[in-house]
Amino acid sequence: MTDTPHDDTHKEGPSRRAFLRGGALAAAGVGAGVGAARAATPDPLITEVQPWAQFLGDGVDVAPYGMPIRFEGDVIRRNVEWLTADTISSINFTPIHALDGTITPQGCAFERHHSGAIELSKPDYRLMLNGLVDRPLVFSYDDLERFPREQHVYFCECAANGGMEWAGAQLNGAQYTHGMVHNMEYTGVSLRTLLNEAGVKPEGSWVYAEGADAASNGRSIPLDKALDDCLVAFKANGEALRMEHGYPVRLVVPGWEANMWLKWLRRLTVTDGPVHAREETSKYTDLMPDGRARKFTFVMDAKSVITAPSPQVPIRHGAGPLVLSGLAWSGRGRITRVDVSLDGGVSWQTARIAGDAKPMALTRFYLDIDWDGSEMFLQSRCVDETGYVQPTKDALREIRGLNSIYHNNGIQTWWVKPDGEVENVEVG
Amino acid sequence: MSRSVKIFAGSALATALATVPALSEPLGLGRAAMPDEIAAWDRTVMPDGRGLPEGGGNVFDGEDLWVDYCAACHGDFGEGMGNWPVIAGGRNTLTHDSPKKTVGSYWPYLSTVWDYTNRSMPFGAAQTLTSDEVYAIVAYILYSNDLVDDDFELTHENFTEIELPNEAGFYEDDRDDTEVPLFSGDPCMSDCRDPVQVTFRAVLLDVTPDDPAGARARAEMMGETVDHGDHDEEAATPETTREEEVQTASLDPAQVAAGAALFPRQCGTCHQVGDGARNGAGPALNGIIGATAGHADGFRYSPAITGAADDGLVWDADALHAFLEDPRSYLPRNRMSYRGMSNADDRAAIIAYLASYSD
Ligand code: HEC
Ligand code: HEC
Repeated sequence: MTDTPHDDTHKEGPSRRAFLRGGALAAAGVGAGVGAARAATPDPLITEVQPWAQFLGDGVDVAPYGMPIRFEGDVIRRNVEWLTADTISSINFTPIHALDGTITPQGCAFERHHSGAIELSKPDYRLMLNGLVDRPLVFSYDDLERFPREQHVYFCECAANGGMEWAGAQLNGAQYTHGMVHNMEYTGVSLRTLLNEAGVKPEGSWVYAEGADAASNGRSIPLDKALDDCLVAFKANGEALRMEHGYPVRLVVPGWEANMWLKWLRRLTVTDGPVHAREETSKYTDLMPDGRARKFTFVMDAKSVITAPSPQVPIRHGAGPLVLSGLAWSGRGRITRVDVSLDGGVSWQTARIAGDAKPMALTRFYLDIDWDGSEMFLQSRCVDETGYVQPTKDALREIRGLNSIYHNNGIQTWWVKPDGEVENVEVG
Repeated sequence: MSRSVKIFAGSALATALATVPALSEPLGLGRAAMPDEIAAWDRTVMPDGRGLPEGGGNVFDGEDLWVDYCAACHGDFGEGMGNWPVIAGGRNTLTHDSPKKTVGSYWPYLSTVWDYTNRSMPFGAAQTLTSDEVYAIVAYILYSNDLVDDDFELTHENFTEIELPNEAGFYEDDRDDTEVPLFSGDPCMSDCRDPVQVTFRAVLLDVTPDDPAGARARAEMMGETVDHGDHDEEAATPETTREEEVQTASLDPAQVAAGAALFPRQCGTCHQVGDGARNGAGPALNGIIGATAGHADGFRYSPAITGAADDGLVWDADALHAFLEDPRSYLPRNRMSYRGMSNADDRAAIIAYLASYSD
């Protein structure tokens, strides 16, 4: 998919520099030959004065709100046209293959809407709390900013992430197989604080949340979760939520499926039972082989994936030092360990977790290897603080069959070929 | 019903409040919600029928409404057009290779059908149906799933007597018991399995989207297209072409631009126009001005449209004004689920915009 001559040219600089750093590297592998030939003559990027070193760049008034530099123009959300009838009730995918670190920029974080992303201004925003409460209340946006605030980093994963892969490897790219996930730092008010303001009656056992858009996408949340760690958020990664992420206010339901994270949140009702809305009956229920279905499968189980190399990010530098970079997360808590296999699960080595692993947040792992240029079957397997070990896809199929759509957290295999190309495969 | 969710309910409130730092006193922020406000927003219907408004509707009226408002996407009998959701059929397929999950085969509660239709459908015109219309449509959905006879009337009074066939087909998440024990314990680190072979390759299916956006971006990286300094010129190009078209058709560019702004939200859910426009929920609209009704090849029009075409209906500006103002009165029983556009300036703008795509 990214196999174009352009990419090669783009990588020229780094590979040349790599050669200059050490002759040992140049001796190994396919890509190095090119670098060696080119480095036989002095690099004009170094010997000749470049225009950017002579002339002036942009002034401070050119981009009052900056976008990524144009060279990064392919780091974008993509959708899969055949998945849905139109692009309004549809989904796109985070380019996780091209990102590193853990925070997902809002502008490329996956979107799923049921009636399109709506424009709702702060002055037009109202949040209603009603149902089994002592004081049914209406808040304006400004009211919300007067409650004590909290900040947390959480992943948000669609329950259908990987849903196309149940029957076998389908989509060739980490963006498509695992990209219905993002990870942001949220600022907002604890839902507990708002419920306390209204006073939950003793009969209350669930909270039903709905959005202001045409779909409204209502979901029922058990009261203990609502009182535990849910947030009514208005900022993400330091700035206002983007329109497509629910501006001005969305619900954050840590560790639980993204469909419950109501966008354009307009109402919270305390009820004495689940509403059994469309999104918790027709959808987001998991059909099992016996024809019955699990419901209220809220938590997202532990999952990991190597984001690079992956089909959209082939290896272009040949054998030698290679960074395997990946993401792991669990709705049940912190990631405590990630193992990586190069041989499709025969043997494993423990990867390095970068930074602090936060509970219910994306965690970055790396494994630095010296690739000998031969075929690899890359897999990653994570363990969370409850001791849950990410299962294989076959282990999941054994229990759930092929038709449960949601909650596919099985181990992913990437087949790396000697030429550095990478494919989404399954192995047996 | 709260009994069925024991794992979450019961003493959850008490324990949760005890374990979180209790905010002693409310801060007194916000204001009281008024009864009319709550009534306007709280339209939740519970499986036991709580929340249903008084009223009713029958299968016969429901069929008319269905054909008018729903069939364009979901098919005359709920069989689903193209990729749009299937609403009827599929009984006893839940254990098949390709289960068909419909109201009749899968949904546990009728309240969900009422609630979702009332709240979210028709797609593109949500919350425009009266409650009697919703009762009638839900009665028709039951009928199209062979769950009631054609003389059935659904009302708030008999609502809870209806049980959907798959009500018992759901159970609460049991992963903690059935999966977590299997997926816990010390993971194997060496000699974990026999050497592997490829059993499945995504590329053989070839369903991964091509990547025009990415390809464009990479081409730009290589400077193959206009330099980015020339932003204005680049942006101006399509406008100039549009203006030329407009001038040949002697249209007002401002009107065309206004139409271009209206089209995506008003019509774009169902119609495409311009380069590569295809039929969707509605027919492609290229060259519609001056064409005989039912002009798009390969679109399955209603008898209302084909009949009008036989009678010689041509989409000139006057006909389009009348049609778009009130599609249902202009062409009774046509399948365009669109309420109409009352503002004449908006209609003129849309018509001018469509005229700019005459071919
Ligand atoms: C323009 C196309 C369109 C029209 C017209 C339309 N729908 Fe829908 N309908 C959809 C789409 C799209 C969805 C799925 C929305 C989603 O998943 O977010 C849907 C979903 C549904 C569902 C849920 C299906 C499921 O399996 O969960 C029902 C029930 C439904 N529609 C009923 C109706 C009724 C009743 C009408 C007429 C009053 C109607 N629809 C008109 C497009 C349409
Ligand atoms: C919810 C989907 C939907 C929306 C929204 C919608 N249409 Fe339609 N439209 C249709 C369908 C379906 C038909 C075919 C009707 C039939 O066969 O009875 C149609 C037919 C038409 C036709 C007749 C085409 C022909 O070949 O005879 C025109 C013109 C038209 N629409 C214009 C518009 C315009 C302009 C708008 C926006 C102001 C609009 N429509 C909004 C679904 C829609």
